[in-house]
Amino acid sequence: MKLFYHLGRYFTMIAVILKKPEKASIYRRQIIVEMDNLGLESLGIVVIISVFMGAVLTIQTAFNTDHPLLPMYAIGFATRQAIILEFSPTMVSLILAGKVGSRIASEIGTMRVTEQIDALEIMGINAAGYLILPKVVAAMIINPVLVVLSMFVGIMGGYVVSAATGVVPVSHYVYGILFEFSQFDIVYALIKTVVFAFIITSVSGYFGFFTRGGALEVGQSSTKAVVFSSIYIILFNLILTQILLV
Amino acid sequence: MIKAVDLGKSFGNVPVLKDVTISFEKGKTNLIIGQSGSGKTVLMKCLVGLLEPDKGQIFYDDRVFSRMGFRERRVIRQELGMLFQGGALFDSLTVEENVMFPLEMFTQMTKEEKLDRANTCLQRVNLVNANHLYPAEISGGMKKRVAIARAIANNPRYLFCDEPNSGLDPRTAIVIDNLIREITKEFNMTTVINTHDMNSVMEIGDKVAFIYHGELWWQGTRHEILETENKEVNDFVYATELMRTLKK
Repeated sequence: MKLFYHLGRYFTMIAVILKKPEKASIYRRQIIVEMDNLGLESLGIVVIISVFMGAVLTIQTAFNTDHPLLPMYAIGFATRQAIILEFSPTMVSLILAGKVGSRIASEIGTMRVTEQIDALEIMGINAAGYLILPKVVAAMIINPVLVVLSMFVGIMGGYVVSAATGVVPVSHYVYGILFEFSQFDIVYALIKTVVFAFIITSVSGYFGFFTRGGALEVGQSSTKAVVFSSIYIILFNLILTQILLV
Repeated sequence: MIKAVDLGKSFGNVPVLKDVTISFEKGKTNLIIGQSGSGKTVLMKCLVGLLEPDKGQIFYDDRVFSRMGFRERRVIRQELGMLFQGGALFDSLTVEENVMFPLEMFTQMTKEEKLDRANTCLQRVNLVNANHLYPAEISGGMKKRVAIARAIANNPRYLFCDEPNSGLDPRTAIVIDNLIREITKEFNMTTVINTHDMNSVMEIGDKVAFIYHGELWWQGTRHEILETENKEVNDFVYATELMRTLKK
């Protein structure tokens, strides 16, 4: 029964945050600020993880497909497909769920327990809308940019490791990453990323906004935000893959 | 004037407010006093709409607040300022931005006009050279001043203060109390203050209401409270050795 209680409260909150903003110019400004806070500040971790994951993927694929019947370019092809279809949209979103989700939940949760949200409501401001909507919109704009960057850097990681270690000749790797490229794969990855961005920000915002108590509860909300965002990302990854690819 | 009629609120099976009928007068500092857990914070939260009462009605002048929807309440809320116990300043904004916030949201002022108004309010609460500091960089007393400046920035008709001098030293507490009273008279606001500090009562209490176990037990002026024979009020007023000594 608690599941239905949370679902009902979550969708009620979504309806509230989608109400017409008090002043659109302030929301627009907040979206820019949040794109910086949630997106650009995650740039470093996304790049580091992507480049190493691309490199590791290339090495592992090379060692596991060491067969005379398999062409060498299959390593580049497999690396590209893994990065574009799964690693960049899903793994990067899971990493962002940890980084961005905990930040959102703890920020809004702290505002709740220090009466800052009450102060907004007293002023007649739609507090949920003002605090959560700019984050949702910002993440839905900036996360696809991060994911495209992750794809590029990941594939480049594979290229660098190919050149440095010789697990696969560079010319074969480059041929592989260009082999039978489908633009729909990128569209599929970006659709997933946008949905995941909505999940991360709205679920984390939900747990932050309904925090009750003090510092301990803020920590608990932060943990719940990460756990539930991650679970919903994995669940929707399956659903979207079934819908879009099958 | 703000008026509550037969206000009732329970949490589960525990009644916290029991048929409270009370009015708060314009241009006066109206104090709600009572022990911790007596229901005074719940009463204030019901008055400002942060909690919905189970029964009863709330009037802002002749407007029935308790029957209003979100949009109608928003109009009243823009006429309302509130000073929270901890200040409730927005951590990510500077002192100046905090004071400008309600102006940014609800007025069409130019940036210069907003800055000018924010500086006027900050000067009114005797806070200078702190405009660009963040809440984490200022003292408790300064936070209260900024919160007062933010509360009056939009020229409110009603001012609510929840424990305005909690956590402050007695001298700063009196400064804050007097500031609230001066602002109340200056802007002819209806001010409601929630406190259990007898110094505040004696300093600024134009009208004092004593809440006991969720009921309005006694009301009068700050002079009458010292003379009353009501046992519960006396137990509260003369709870400290200092007050008992003064009485003797």
